[in-house]
Amino acid sequence: MAQQGRYRILMAKAGLDGHDRGVKVVSRALRDAGMEVIYTGLHQTPEQVVRAAIDEDVDAVGLSLLSGAHMTIFPRILDLLRQEGGGDILLFGGGTIPEDDVLTLKQMGVAELFTPGASTVDIVDWVRAHVGRPTEASAGR
Amino acid sequence: MLKDRTLEDDYRQWKDSHPLHERDWKFTTLSGQPVAPLYTPLDLEPNEYTKEIGFPGEFPFTRGIYPSMYRGRLWTMRQFAGFGTAADTNRRFHYLLDNGMTGLSVAFDNPTLMGFDSDDPRSLGEVGRTGVAIDSLADMETLFHGIPLDRVSTSMTINAPAAVLLAMYVAVGEKQGVPSEKLTGTLQNDILKEYIAQKEWIYPPKAAVELVVDTIEYTMRHMPKYNPVSISGYHIREAGSTATQELAFTIADGMTYAEAAMARGLDVDAFAPRLSYFWNSHIDFFEEIGKFRAARRIWARLMKEKFGARDPRSWLMRFHTQTAGVSLTAQQPENNIVRTALEALAAVLGGTQSLHTNSMDEVLALPTEKAVEIALRTQQIIAYETEVVNTVDPLGGSYFVEAMTDRMEAGANDYFRRIEEIGGVLAGIDQGFFQREIAEAAFQYQAELERKEKIMVGVNDFVSDAPADIPILKIDPEVEREQIRRVRELKATRDNERVRATLEALTGAADRGENVMSYVLEAVRAYATVQEISDAMKAVLGTYREPAFV
Repeated sequence: MAQQGRYRILMAKAGLDGHDRGVKVVSRALRDAGMEVIYTGLHQTPEQVVRAAIDEDVDAVGLSLLSGAHMTIFPRILDLLRQEGGGDILLFGGGTIPEDDVLTLKQMGVAELFTPGASTVDIVDWVRAHVGRPTEASAGR
Repeated sequence: MLKDRTLEDDYRQWKDSHPLHERDWKFTTLSGQPVAPLYTPLDLEPNEYTKEIGFPGEFPFTRGIYPSMYRGRLWTMRQFAGFGTAADTNRRFHYLLDNGMTGLSVAFDNPTLMGFDSDDPRSLGEVGRTGVAIDSLADMETLFHGIPLDRVSTSMTINAPAAVLLAMYVAVGEKQGVPSEKLTGTLQNDILKEYIAQKEWIYPPKAAVELVVDTIEYTMRHMPKYNPVSISGYHIREAGSTATQELAFTIADGMTYAEAAMARGLDVDAFAPRLSYFWNSHIDFFEEIGKFRAARRIWARLMKEKFGARDPRSWLMRFHTQTAGVSLTAQQPENNIVRTALEALAAVLGGTQSLHTNSMDEVLALPTEKAVEIALRTQQIIAYETEVVNTVDPLGGSYFVEAMTDRMEAGANDYFRRIEEIGGVLAGIDQGFFQREIAEAAFQYQAELERKEKIMVGVNDFVSDAPADIPILKIDPEVEREQIRRVRELKATRDNERVRATLEALTGAADRGENVMSYVLEAVRAYATVQEISDAMKAVLGTYREPAFV
């Protein structure tokens, strides 16, 4: 488990999307803010992402998608997290995602989505505010 | 005797008598390079005109590759397009051609780019999303239905499976009765920048470069009017590089292909005239123009002096340009029309041979027909209304533009030395050198935005609360199901014995280290799929996995 008060975040790229500028910038910003960041690398399947999230015992998964496959891959990862016992791991994400898809995905259970123009300051603040309570999360397992 | 006053004296006197009154602002280029308040002849090399600038159509081609430039022929207006099925994209092609577009440019979906068929589980959710889905020659026939390949040139943005798509294009030509000698167009086929920036690969880098040389050799012999490689800085820049990095890394890639082709015994003057380039045109107007002009000069010098090319056509850097996708904003998206227009103007003033202008909605999704039309009209306004085309290199001789051009060249030369020190481009990819340089530049730019040292209108300043209200192109999920049906039906009805035999022959050729192009063409003619052909080569060449550099 993450040491108390220190968030452990898995940053992920899933599907065939090769755009990794955003995921790298955000990974570095989270790390600079004192969080533990694990990056999956490119072209992971949803199964690989969920396996890594559970094996690495993370508090949250940040998924980056600029491939237009968000309506397939986000719900798949949510389902797999629940099935594999990672239902308490928060899923957030970012990429080129039209507004009505953002609303639908949030209704399905994606905690937050950051779209082009989002600042890393806002992302770090959001993670601090919402991913919090890592010790409580571990108590529930 | 009184000494003559020099320009230096005058400049110093001007500076002393006019103390600067400047805003509290960091005056730097988009790439973070300092910009002086004023440029004068003092910023130029001695004999700048004869040594560095020269005349258009003459070495070192700083002012343009042709003597008459746009007075002779305008650039090709080539809008990149592709989505859904081959039939969907074929309709968009006809629409664009009917509206005055002068060349085609195909965007393929991610499964095609990575060498997967639409029915592979890894393609789930991606079929036809960011480009057109092509599984076999059957799709390619649909894509070019009603488009005469002897009259329209086609650019194809395909890299890892480029040999397969090139073979499909040749095969469509055969069906239309157009011999390969008459085919014109460009294959992107720049695999090195995939490992550096765009990240859609199949094979390991060294084997992939040899495959590129196979296509260079094949087109040299069978497709003399076709450009086998479009050495691309565009994606390097989109991934976050500076202008200098884009320039240097891309030309370093170009040198690597030239070295590999020469190592196979090909004569530089037999292939170099068909190499072309592809640049990004970002929002810093003068930095970009300096980059385009420097690029021509650097390549001419390298080709002549380093590679010993003697045919002047080998010295020419012909290039395509696309406006910067990353400069566009999801906020107040209509403003993107203005950004794109300025970027397009820089490309034209930089002497591009063809141009794609982005649509205002591309930061949100693939463009709608209306948005694409405005983007194309932007080019037509520059070409036919602004009169900037009337003289060659109108900014040549501007002290600032020439100083910027010189600085770009010097910056690129510094990087060439560093790349050589670390062992060349392939070694740099293995070590993560390029990947780290780009990630660092991207992070620095993001930090500048957040400190408000750089402004993006509507994003970190001049923000409006009004929601963006423009229509978005949606890809129907039915596209994926239909494409999967198509490829499965094909696999059930074609001559599978012939497919198997051609694929086996291909694996054998790859194993013997032969040029694979003619074997790929046989497999394509038998309607083998992109994935089947890629897998047949993977068996010998292996697959690439990137170490996860953060």
